Amino acid sequence: MMNLLRLLGGRPASAPVARERLQILLAHERGLRGQPELLGLLRAEILAVVSRHVVLDPEKVIVRMERGKHVSTLEVDIEVPNGFERSLAAAG
Amino acid sequence: MVQGVAKLSQALIRDKRLENLWLLPASQTRDKDALTDEGVGSIVADLRTRFDWILCDSPAGIERGATLAMRYADEAVIVTNPEVSSVRDSDRIIGMLDSKTVRAERGERVEKHVLITRYDSGRAVRGEMLSIDDILEILATPLLGIIPESQDVLRASNVGSPVTLNNAASAPARAYVDAARRLMGEAVTMVVPTERKGLMDRLLGRRAA
Repeated sequence: MMNLLRLLGGRPASAPVARERLQILLAHERGLRGQPELLGLLRAEILAVVSRHVVLDPEKVIVRMERGKHVSTLEVDIEVPNGFERSLAAAG
Repeated sequence: MVQGVAKLSQALIRDKRLENLWLLPASQTRDKDALTDEGVGSIVADLRTRFDWILCDSPAGIERGATLAMRYADEAVIVTNPEVSSVRDSDRIIGMLDSKTVRAERGERVEKHVLITRYDSGRAVRGEMLSIDDILEILATPLLGIIPESQDVLRASNVGSPVTLNNAASAPARAYVDAARRLMGEAVTMVVPTERKGLMDRLLGRRAA
């Protein structure tokens, strides 16, 4: 009956849109929850390990988490100054 | 009280209508930031020794007032309506109840219930409003009650009376009383409000106002 009315010029159902918006929004927000601590921890430990061998600017270590539907990716971006081999040799 | 100026017995106000109800208002003159975590904690501890039930009303949303209101809670009733923004905030509040309360920090659970207000079953059936099942599936929290959308609520609010006293026979009043009884542990059958339509409305497929 309702579908018939809709066919006859009624407005499309908006609840499914609300539901979908919420699901996308909450999947994202729930993903962020508790994540800052994990990323901060990973960043600190990666920085500690790499700094043992290479002289680094701590500001140039970026750790990012990208949440996907099936898999998530962890992106680690470390900028190393030129001539880091020398510091490698010095450390090693 | 939070400032240590007033005593609990001086700050509590006896309700004029119900003899076993006392109210403790938040200060309307001082800055809202006057409330502190420790202050609220000591008041709640004091109240626990005198009352069976302490209802901490929380401001809407997810700001500091809400975190303070939930901080010392044993149980929580999350009041939500079938709107995206409301369900979204409820989801965040549920996350906070599981992490930011004293109980959560002690590794215990805060019992949670969802109370859905302003529900219009007609609109939900027509796909114009999130359904009860949609909301419960998204929030994954047990249902305490469903309060139907009703003009009685604003009418009662306008005259400064709870709808349960102002019009006890009305659908929202009965739904609130049922929810309260469930909170107290009684088994009360959940009634999903249904739209009452006249025959002509039905024949013409007219929408309820």
